[in-house]
Amino acid sequence: MVNLSVELGDLKLKNPVLTASGTFGYGEEYADFVDLNRLGGFIVKGTTLEPREGNDYPRMAETPSGMLNAVGLQNKGVDYFIEHIYPRICQYKSEIIVNVSGKCVEDYVTVCEKLSDLDRINAVEINISCPNVKQGGMAYGTTCEGAAEVASAVRKAWGRHMIVKLSPNVTSIADIARAVEDAGADSVSLINTLLGMAVDVERRRPYLSTVTGGLSGAAVKPVAVRMVWQVAKAVSIPVIGLGGIMNGHDALEFIMAGARAIEVGTANFIDPSVTMKIIDEITEFCERQGVEDINELVGII
Amino acid sequence: MANKKYMLDMTVTENKVLGSLYGLLKLVPSDGSKLPLTRAGQFVQVEIADSKTTYLRRPISVNYIDEATNSLWLLVRKAGEGTRHLTAASVGHKINVILPLGNGFSMDVKTSDRLLLVGGGVGVAPLLYLGYKLREAGCEPEFLLGARSAADLLMLEEFEKVGKVYCSTEDGSAGEKGLVTANSAFNTRYDRIYCCGPMPMMKAVAAVAKEKNIECEVSLENRMTCGLGACLCCVEKKADGHNVCVCTEGPVFNTKELPW
Ligand SMILES: Cc1cc2nc3c(=O)[nH]c(=O)nc-3n(C[C@H](O)[C@H](O)[C@H](O)COP(=O)(O)OP(=O)(O)OC[C@H]3O[C@@H](n4cnc5c(N)ncnc54)[C@H](O)[C@@H]3O)c2cc1C
Ligand SMILES: Cc1cc2nc3c(=O)[nH]c(=O)nc-3n(C[C@H](O)[C@H](O)[C@H](O)COP(=O)(O)O)c2cc1C
Ligand code: FES
Repeated sequence: MVNLSVELGDLKLKNPVLTASGTFGYGEEYADFVDLNRLGGFIVKGTTLEPREGNDYPRMAETPSGMLNAVGLQNKGVDYFIEHIYPRICQYKSEIIVNVSGKCVEDYVTVCEKLSDLDRINAVEINISCPNVKQGGMAYGTTCEGAAEVASAVRKAWGRHMIVKLSPNVTSIADIARAVEDAGADSVSLINTLLGMAVDVERRRPYLSTVTGGLSGAAVKPVAVRMVWQVAKAVSIPVIGLGGIMNGHDALEFIMAGARAIEVGTANFIDPSVTMKIIDEITEFCERQGVEDINELVGII
Repeated sequence: MANKKYMLDMTVTENKVLGSLYGLLKLVPSDGSKLPLTRAGQFVQVEIADSKTTYLRRPISVNYIDEATNSLWLLVRKAGEGTRHLTAASVGHKINVILPLGNGFSMDVKTSDRLLLVGGGVGVAPLLYLGYKLREAGCEPEFLLGARSAADLLMLEEFEKVGKVYCSTEDGSAGEKGLVTANSAFNTRYDRIYCCGPMPMMKAVAAVAKEKNIECEVSLENRMTCGLGACLCCVEKKADGHNVCVCTEGPVFNTKELPW
């Protein structure tokens, strides 16, 4: 038996496979395809203080081995999550992690305070890296000061595990990671989407209503692996890696580059059962290579 | 309400070329399992494997489910790389499909209701299965099919097996010349219209329905990613100003719900 359980500081996961926010709904959408109890955990859609309608359609454009999205954090707000969604999903035995977004620091703090009442939520993922909103979001994630400001404010209000999700749209992601570590983050996850753009030349206009959007999927993987490797070298808190993971091999690339856990995003759209296959493939790899504990592979590069 | 969804490998048993732009694919579950119960107007998400350029699945309407042969029919228009790849699949080829998705057309009809099913171009696809289901419910559905020219009128013989068919072509090469909204079918009083086709056509049909105070349902074709209600990419703004996912709350909407 290979040990797949990992510890992100005080947060214990039965395996390193999580799902990325905004790509897995609230888990339920995938219940016909995956055993939600088998996941290390699932990270729910970006949640804000007030309900948000998100951006106008069209919000998606396919690109080579990837896609651009401009959803813009459409969600019904934290109160709706607490009253209507949490009671339905708290039955699952996997960790449920809430991805939190805000347009100002107080929003992040208030959302986390409200979530403190939910005993199944052991961790939040603070999204300071959404490229699809005008206020807040990525604005905080692109400077050390902004990132640290959000992280330290949430730290005071939230006593459980705090993951800070980093933007790749920066010059030195390692500097940002160090800043949020100093501000009290328990772990960092990376990468959020890369800012991109695509043009419909026949119609002479951009594909997305917002012109620019966030690039995800296999196309971003090499960039993401490089950033995970750089960040893992720069900080001593655990790193969660994501960006273009399509299978077990991809997941292992991130783990060897320094990720203690990984998140699967866009791949869920192509194969809704992919997370189960990734858990199996990691296990098979370890058996084949005689690895008894997945932790042996973390950051070996 | 939402029925259980399946991800199945399906084998191509027939691929009929229809003109230069269309193909009719017939697929059966490769493992011999029985196709899940599917409502007319629901759709499937097709994986386009071994294509160099197509990364995501493509949504395609259920054209027909032949219970006798346990096969799913897909009527596909070559719109780009993905659909071109799909229409080129040879017999015996395996295609991964997620189904059934979306809500489907409403079936709360009375046998005395006069029903008009209006389709334009490849939008006729879901109307064949709908026609059969309405017949099963004891109704006598009528079809109004529109296309650019006679060559683009798809599966006419199949529709004629189900009910009376009116046609409109823009160039007058078949049926009446002009747009579907000008067809003499509209001289009759219908109780409900079901419509699928290009956006301008659906809006024009919805306007006629509104003017005559006829119930009207349309099937939207917004760009999709997951098809499962998870990514929120496929949204349409409803009359109340809120965005809803076309893949789960649609693709069929009563036009009263839309700000048309
Ligand atoms: C519920 C539903 C049911 C459908 N049923 C059927 C059916 O039964 N039969 C059928 O043939 N088709 C059907 N469609 C349409 C079908 O899904 C598309 O034609 C198909 O996805 C196109 O894929 P492609 O790779 O062939 O073309 P692509 O290359 O993806 O695109 C084709 C065209 O769309 C444009 N385009 C690409 N991206 C965007 C964007 N983000 N926004 C706007 N335009 C864009 C391109 O410029 C190109 O002109 C249905 C769609 C939906 C949502
Ligand atoms: C449609 C879509 C919606 C997303 N929504 C969110 C979100 O609400 N919050 C967030 O932190 N990241 C969001 N992301 C980013 C993903 O969580 C992930 O960081 C990114 O897609 C890279 O991983 P991938 O290539 O495996 O998808 C979204 C991505 C997509 C494609
Ligand atoms: S396509 Fe993903 S929510 Fe509709």
